[in-house]
Amino acid sequence: MAELVAKSPCDGLLPLTLGGVTASEADLGTLTMVLPYCGRQKALSQALQAAHGMAFPAPNRATGKAGARGLWFGREGALLAGPDPDPALAEHAALSDQSDAWAAVRLEGAGAEDVLARLVPVDLRAAVFKRGHTVCSQVAHMSGSVTRVGERAFMILVFRSMAATLVHDLKTAMEAVAARG
Amino acid sequence: MRVAGKGLLDRSRSVPFRFDGVRYAGLEGDTLASALLANGVRLVGRSFKYHRPRGILTAGSEEPNALVTVGTGGRRTPNTRATVQEIHQGLEARSQNAWPSLKHDLLSLNNLAAPFFGAGFYYKTFMWPKAFWERIYEPAIRRAAGLGALSGEPDADRYERAFAFCDLLVIGAGPAGLMAALVAGRAGADVILADEEARMGGRLLAETETIEGRPGHEWAEAALAELAATENVRLMTRTTVAGAYDQGTFAALERVGHHRAPQEGLPVECFWRIVAKRAVLAAGALERPIAFADNDRPGIMTAGAVRAYLNRWGVSPGRRVSVFANNDDAHRTARDMVKAGVDVVAVIDSRADAPGSDLFEVHRGAHVVGSAGRLGLEAITLRSGAAEHRVETDCLAMSGGWNPSVHLSCHMNGRPVWREDIVSFVPTPGAVPGMVAAGACNGAFSTQACLREGAEAARGALEELGIKPPKPDLPMAEDTEYRIAPLWAVAGKGRAWLDFQNDVTVKDVRQAAAENYRSVEHMKRYTTQGMATDQGKSSNVAALAVLADATGRGIPETGTTTFRPPYSPIAIAALGAGGQGKGFAPERLTTSHKASRERGAPMIEAGLWYRPSYFPAPGESNWRQSCDREVTMVRAAVGICDVSTLGKIDIQGPDAGRLLDFVYTNMFSTLKVGRVRYGLMLREDGYVMDDGTTARLGEDHYLMTTTTAAAGEVMRHLDFVHQGLRPEWDVRFASVSEQWAQFAVAGPKSRDLLNGVLDAPLEADDWPFMACGAVRVLGVAGRLFRISFSGEHAYELAVPARYGDSLFRALVARAEGMGGGAYGMEALNVLRIEKGLITHAEIHGRTTAFDIGMGRMVSAKKDCIGKTLSQRPGLTDPERERLVGLKPAGAVKLITAGGHLFAQDAAPVRQNDQGYVTSAGFSSTLGHVVALGFLRRGPDRIGEVVKMVDHLRGVETLCEVVDPVFFDPEGGRVRG
Repeated sequence: MAELVAKSPCDGLLPLTLGGVTASEADLGTLTMVLPYCGRQKALSQALQAAHGMAFPAPNRATGKAGARGLWFGREGALLAGPDPDPALAEHAALSDQSDAWAAVRLEGAGAEDVLARLVPVDLRAAVFKRGHTVCSQVAHMSGSVTRVGERAFMILVFRSMAATLVHDLKTAMEAVAARG
Repeated sequence: MRVAGKGLLDRSRSVPFRFDGVRYAGLEGDTLASALLANGVRLVGRSFKYHRPRGILTAGSEEPNALVTVGTGGRRTPNTRATVQEIHQGLEARSQNAWPSLKHDLLSLNNLAAPFFGAGFYYKTFMWPKAFWERIYEPAIRRAAGLGALSGEPDADRYERAFAFCDLLVIGAGPAGLMAALVAGRAGADVILADEEARMGGRLLAETETIEGRPGHEWAEAALAELAATENVRLMTRTTVAGAYDQGTFAALERVGHHRAPQEGLPVECFWRIVAKRAVLAAGALERPIAFADNDRPGIMTAGAVRAYLNRWGVSPGRRVSVFANNDDAHRTARDMVKAGVDVVAVIDSRADAPGSDLFEVHRGAHVVGSAGRLGLEAITLRSGAAEHRVETDCLAMSGGWNPSVHLSCHMNGRPVWREDIVSFVPTPGAVPGMVAAGACNGAFSTQACLREGAEAARGALEELGIKPPKPDLPMAEDTEYRIAPLWAVAGKGRAWLDFQNDVTVKDVRQAAAENYRSVEHMKRYTTQGMATDQGKSSNVAALAVLADATGRGIPETGTTTFRPPYSPIAIAALGAGGQGKGFAPERLTTSHKASRERGAPMIEAGLWYRPSYFPAPGESNWRQSCDREVTMVRAAVGICDVSTLGKIDIQGPDAGRLLDFVYTNMFSTLKVGRVRYGLMLREDGYVMDDGTTARLGEDHYLMTTTTAAAGEVMRHLDFVHQGLRPEWDVRFASVSEQWAQFAVAGPKSRDLLNGVLDAPLEADDWPFMACGAVRVLGVAGRLFRISFSGEHAYELAVPARYGDSLFRALVARAEGMGGGAYGMEALNVLRIEKGLITHAEIHGRTTAFDIGMGRMVSAKKDCIGKTLSQRPGLTDPERERLVGLKPAGAVKLITAGGHLFAQDAAPVRQNDQGYVTSAGFSSTLGHVVALGFLRRGPDRIGEVVKMVDHLRGVETLCEVVDPVFFDPEGGRVRG
């Protein structure tokens, strides 16, 4: 029995609703950086499929579904979000626990795209950035990951230490979008 | 005055506003300009240089004269164009550049001295004495000249920036732009239609010609309704596309809040970056004035503007209107005025073959050669042949023809081409890749031609995008031929103004040419023509035509000056939107941040991180008291310090050891599992990059730590080495800096403290100095490292970050129970200086391993990055400045970081410099200041006394050179 109290990265900062857009903290479960070793991507993808029901994601794509997702997370790397990684994966890839390293915020609502248009310099239009698309880019001044997880919903990840800044920047953009009415 | 039955505004919606403190009423949809004209206000400002009375010249964003200051206090915005500013409830506008008042401006005396103030006056006059320019002349001139001023208060307004993407960006929503948007929208393309005005329609709102048999503005309304209902079309009103950049990127400024009373959360402007696969430039055309003597009086306006005020805003700028033109187009102003019931007293056309009219009198082959009226136009002088006579008029509508708005087509170094038939420049096709010009900005001046070109441009873009265009459906509209004969300046005496904003006359341009400023770029800089907020939109072509004439060249040979972004002014606040306060940079907060703040710890910034400086105890009023106590506490009991900000890199794979051997100067492949080693990393050039400890967690698994400051740099370095130099090595790494909350537990009681929180107590022999391994702490899986940055028996304990806050509180509480507590950066710094341990104060980018006394750490057994270049003779010269310890040796006890070192008897000047102090702090352990520094041949001079001089702080101290390790040089405490 742990005597230490766990705190989430956005503890006390979220949820926040403004003008029909809601930002809420997401618990993505265990986060594991999966970095395939030389020439092992295919075998890794098969192992991922077998263990967690998802392929290793291609660049700018997310695989799996809510609860067990594979997010492309930069060059030759993916973030496995949800289950504890099957130890068999370690044969094909370096596995690094990142469960506490990221602040994960779900942004949802009719104006979510408008809010992100103020923070992310990437084309996030529904026709271009579809469900299952993901990108590593700037979120305001931060490096982050943005994934479309629903018709009007996005998942944003930034460094845990920057959670307060993310909430500040989201709030500023949400206020501006809401004020336009 | 308002004209009955004219205009597109709702007469029932009155809006009050103030100008120069006087209350007026306008109508919803009015600009400040139209509302002032409706109220009979013609005098709006004073000119830049001569303080001449000026009114409203145009009806658009090109306005050079009617600049006002809007808002008060921190919301004040100077140099706002009255023709752009919409009125709203509570609008406060003030005139500029006039004192004590607009009507009685003292500096209008400048106007009397005008004969002396021509082009180049300042350059020639204020040459001597040299020192006077900066101190006397320039401030005086700046006070007299100029436009609006900022408030000096922090900007209270909010600005934002945003990104947008589309298949087709249509710039301008006149007939060409609307048509282009309709065609592309019907085809299903993602379209952004941007227009700088509050209401889209362009000249269709200002003219009375029909499309498909109904008024142009009605057709525009219908088109806009269709576009608004088309899901794939986005209408951006009040949005000026201001610049064209690489790869289809356009800058645009949207006025979001300027037309409303201030509203919480609402930005006043939004700076857009629009990325478009294709673009249609449908920016229209700007009318140019004609230069004649005293053509700048309030009441003299461009003919198209007079028409716009009448047809769109229902305002006649005068009761007795006259027209002066060189083209047929301006005759429409007279026609519309007469039809609206306004008196038209004369139409003066410079062409002998100008068309006649049944509605008004046309003076063919005649010119306006002068004007009269103190604060506004009262009369003009008309010359026909040799005869001159005076015509009473309070509004002169002038037109020297139309200049296509080629600006954006030139933003990527394109130059426009001259078209003799329309006496204007038009864009060079392809000057901005992916952008096509259509309509008036392309020299197509009839409504029909605009519609046709707009449709064609959109169809061309669709084809390139692989989208099937819809069936052609071109409405029928007016297709009048544009007839014009050049007239730039009317010959005669008196000042004929070209550039109203900068007070540049025809004579100034000729003077520039006479003084051999014959290039148009030189003329611009010599006369200031084309500068400031309007960038010469209404004067550039006329000025270069005058220059061409004066230099005996043609207009195309003379060429234009360079069009640069932005098309119209953008506040710096909009460009830097969001970058103030908390938006300036991200803040990185540790998991112990809240607990530290609760203990009153002031924070210092380390990169983006915030770290506690010290933890004040009750009764402590000075940081030194806290720091001294914390140092003593660590040496005597136990201290807790959050060290999570250090970079942590998880390195795995069969070649992990090889990679570490390659990037570190010393060996890591030989490190035992469960052990930690200190490592030194060089840059390729042989200088020290970073240092830190690396732990071997498993056969193929290491954990590297970096300094806080260099975490990103080291990660990038590893990426470069792996991807660029050793891609065949099977090794992977990931930053885990954020994953772990890590705390130093330092001091003789550290093991006792840990045994209170670890599930399994530490046995002395299991955890020697530099051991590491997995532990369970208060029920949670963590990692323990027996390392020390204080020289004490110490550990670093890491847990997943979610437990950081809780663990920090638990550790500090236990430490306090043992006579210890939390310590901050100040104490940490003193502790490490006492031990001669380096930070980036010492490895600042210009020191080598040799300099810091770690030359032997560069392993002879293997190669590593930076090794070869570190062996250059200059980098191993014993004469180099090398690391030493310093302590006070005289009456003055203070040593300061940044101070320089000199021989005891040498003058403290640059030539005698022998080194410098990098770190210093008061050691409560030793009772004196301890310092580290670099001294020429330092290690060979132990025991010598040198002089430290800190020129900035005015400190001079005699210092004894000592070994850098002040405290416990044998290291018994750290191993004990």
